[in-house]
Amino acid sequence: MTQTAPRTALVELSGVGKHYGNVRALEGVSLEVHAGEITCVLGDNGAGKSTLIKIIAGLHQHDAGALAVEGEETRLSSPREALDRGIATVYQDLAVVPLMPVWRNFFLGSEPRKGTGPFKRLDVEFMRETTRAELLRMGIDLRDVDQPIGTLSGGERQCVAIARAVYFGAKVLVLDEPTAALGVKQSGVVLKYVAAARDRGLGVVLITHNPHHAYLVGDRFVLLKRGAMVGNHTRDEITLDELTRQMAGGNELDDLRHELQRP
Amino acid sequence: MSATIDVKPSGERPSGQRDERVLRTSPLRRLLGRPELGSVVGALAVFVFFALVADSFLRASSLSTVLYAASTIGIMAVPVALLMIGGEFDLSAGVMVTTSALVSSMFSYQMTANVWVGVGVSLLVTLAIGAFNGFMLTRTKLPSFIITLGTFLMLTGMNLGFTKLIDGTVSTKTIADMEGFPSAREVFASTLGVGGVDIKITIVWWLALVAVASWILLRTRAGNWIFAVGGNKDAARAVGVPVNKTKIGLYMGVAFGAWVAGQHLLFSYDVVQSGEGVGNELTYIIAAVIGGCLITGGYGSAIGSAVGALLFGMTSKGIVFAEWNPDWFKFFLGAMLLLATLLNAWVRKRAEATK
Repeated sequence: MTQTAPRTALVELSGVGKHYGNVRALEGVSLEVHAGEITCVLGDNGAGKSTLIKIIAGLHQHDAGALAVEGEETRLSSPREALDRGIATVYQDLAVVPLMPVWRNFFLGSEPRKGTGPFKRLDVEFMRETTRAELLRMGIDLRDVDQPIGTLSGGERQCVAIARAVYFGAKVLVLDEPTAALGVKQSGVVLKYVAAARDRGLGVVLITHNPHHAYLVGDRFVLLKRGAMVGNHTRDEITLDELTRQMAGGNELDDLRHELQRP
Repeated sequence: MSATIDVKPSGERPSGQRDERVLRTSPLRRLLGRPELGSVVGALAVFVFFALVADSFLRASSLSTVLYAASTIGIMAVPVALLMIGGEFDLSAGVMVTTSALVSSMFSYQMTANVWVGVGVSLLVTLAIGAFNGFMLTRTKLPSFIITLGTFLMLTGMNLGFTKLIDGTVSTKTIADMEGFPSAREVFASTLGVGGVDIKITIVWWLALVAVASWILLRTRAGNWIFAVGGNKDAARAVGVPVNKTKIGLYMGVAFGAWVAGQHLLFSYDVVQSGEGVGNELTYIIAAVIGGCLITGGYGSAIGSAVGALLFGMTSKGIVFAEWNPDWFKFFLGAMLLLATLLNAWVRKRAEATK
């Protein structure tokens, strides 16, 4: 786990801060995302996780500190720019159109076409087959790519969104609470695909408030609390118990442990 | 899974291996998943019903009358259905037809130009109205119900107001003796004799529009976008679909339909009553809904709207052939709408449950 070779991070934040008027939403956050690694951002509600996502996704701009993409300091002005630089964000609910078939959803917005002039048409065969193949590569064996994506489970839908981002050349995958609305089994499935994306060489930013999920797959852990960074650890520096303790914070821990240890 | 029956569309599972989790779907089940199924069943029922109660219903000339009635609604029901799949309404669609006819007629008459010039100007004006609807909708983010209700009222007023101002009466002057009228009539309001049966040219327009709309919906990028903006606008925007352009395009599609229907109106009667068209917008919407379009958007088909329009034609003319009081038409219409919508909802639920 020790990595001494100096590598350029895909995304590196140093001392990033953001104010909304006189409200401090984020201050002094530093994190690194490397290829083939998962960086977990942990924090309770209101800790500043969404603000951090929005800065990395290009929806908001930071007003303190520095953001570097592949070593080059920059300021992402739009989601499109972030996407063009290979940063794909998968939001929890924004991902899909429920009534449309899986394959139409997969290519939505970047549909491949064949033919010329007025007969330019969707390459339906290619779309169907690519969807199936890409999902299979991520380890998702879909029953039927023609079924409306709304009939898939929440976890499967997340996975399709992840596979889509991977297929369209994302280098960094930002996942906004991918397991928040899911059951235990479903969460496990999603985490498996997150790991699969990592194994394909992507850098992953996993936003979560569940330290157990984070510790299962994470290489680095950034803890946020009330807009400030309270911890930044690599995996070998911290245990699950310690992570949970830091995440919950002193007195609340007993309650939390009680809650978490229920079967 | 030795009993491999290939009922799926080609191109799936190239190896021919079936996934054991997918239960064998019978062709019937596949059919049940189609959005237009409810309307097809309804149309068959209405057809059989009138064939039994009205002796003259099955005559070729009667069927041609039914098809003509269906086509005048169907021409507008197609783009209205597309718009509805895209998640919006257009309440101005009915009077827009009249506006289109009025512009064409009055421009030609006042400028003493070839009527084709009027037809061209009318196309531009009607498309502009459609673009206005779409632009207002995407700019203000108000519900399309409000925006197009406004356009509906404004057009209704303008139709009457301008006609009275220019012609002094509520109808336009005849343009039948003007240059280009015969050829325009050929295109928009002629009757073709096919095998001894009179077929109105609107039926050709209607079928062509259904074919083009189906092609767009199912096989082009724009079609994908139409389903997406109606199904989940925010998701569509997040993956880079030009939501506003798609919606404006859909409104301009309705305008194009209104232009075709308007020119037919003008060239079949050669004068236009300026107060016409009010209430037709609901007819188009009803045809689309009977045809399986979800009122909330994201689901439906162009063929469904055609079947909806056919149901309309059969009912309105069937009542006449059965020699009933035509006042009952509206009652039938309402009952049909309710039944078709219930059937659609039931079918969709079954289809999704069996997947």
